[in-house]
Amino acid sequence: MAVKVKIPIPLQRLTQGKDEVDGAPGKVIELINTLEKQYPGLGERISEAGKIRRFVNVYVNEEDIRFLKNEDTEIKDGDEVSIIPAIAGGTKTVNSR
Amino acid sequence: MDFTEEQLQRYSRHIILPEVGGKGQKKISNAKVFIIGAGGLGCPVGYYLSAAGVGTIALIDNDNVELSNLQRQIAHSMKTLGMNKADSVKKTFEALNSDVNVIAIKDRINNKNILDLIKNYDIIVDGSDNFPTRYLINDACVMLKKPLVSGAILRFEGQVTTILPGEGPCYRCLFEDPPPPGLVPSCQEAGVLGVLPGVIGALQATEVLKLILGKGKPLIGQLLVYDALETNFRKVKIPKNPDCAICGKNPKIKELSDYSQEYCTL
Repeated sequence: MAVKVKIPIPLQRLTQGKDEVDGAPGKVIELINTLEKQYPGLGERISEAGKIRRFVNVYVNEEDIRFLKNEDTEIKDGDEVSIIPAIAGGTKTVNSR
Repeated sequence: MDFTEEQLQRYSRHIILPEVGGKGQKKISNAKVFIIGAGGLGCPVGYYLSAAGVGTIALIDNDNVELSNLQRQIAHSMKTLGMNKADSVKKTFEALNSDVNVIAIKDRINNKNILDLIKNYDIIVDGSDNFPTRYLINDACVMLKKPLVSGAILRFEGQVTTILPGEGPCYRCLFEDPPPPGLVPSCQEAGVLGVLPGVIGALQATEVLKLILGKGKPLIGQLLVYDALETNFRKVKIPKNPDCAICGKNPKIKELSDYSQEYCTL
């Protein structure tokens, strides 16, 4: 059994279209760093200098890690990790004025 | 006001539901809902709420209907090409149900007008298509303690949550900041499956009706994520952030500023 990582659609082009990838137990940040090695660019989209970006959330079994131990949250075998970015919809980048 | 014979027929499938009944239908008739954006999300939300007989529906949009909108923005048509979107949906909704007072506002929502525009409405619906507006709507709703039903779509994925200021977390509790400009190169390759806003908009309309009726459990403190490709609905928890910049214990944001700036998404 491994850790299942759910990849959001906007990032699936970095995982060859896979919506779910396998990871290893350990701390969240270790998982992200390992993913970056496997899928270059993926980790960088999620974190910067060891911190999860503020417009991306990481959930371990539906719990937001910001309210657990953040990047140090431990992931166990069988856990499901979800990466959920903020999306705004629309088909273009728009100014709001 | 009592229902006319015609209204009893029109709303009969609601009225026979014990959770709605004549009383609930009255609540729906008396409700005032403000929808921001008459596009992919605003069309289905407004369409279903009009069918449901919501008394007053305001829609704000500054754009005109374009051919490329018709792939998903189902309340517009070839007959309203070039027309302001709020005006276009007003025609459609009034044709569906003349009980509804549809107020079309040809403007762009901003930090100067938002509080005045929404203050007399019961529920606000976010159908906007960009981050600055999304954060502006959230902050205004927190300030005025207005229930907000938020929906967002991108490509094949949608997100829905219901924000009840004072009780549950807000959009900033969920995502502290919008993505910074220029970070991500991929926004040009966005796009959206036409039916996706229909799914998300119908969920938003459902949330609105539940709030009006006071029935069921609204999506408070939860984010529903829909993946159309995998046909997967997931819910994750949104804890209230005690350090939230707008609804936390010591809010940093005390007034609405101009959030406009180009933002992009992952």
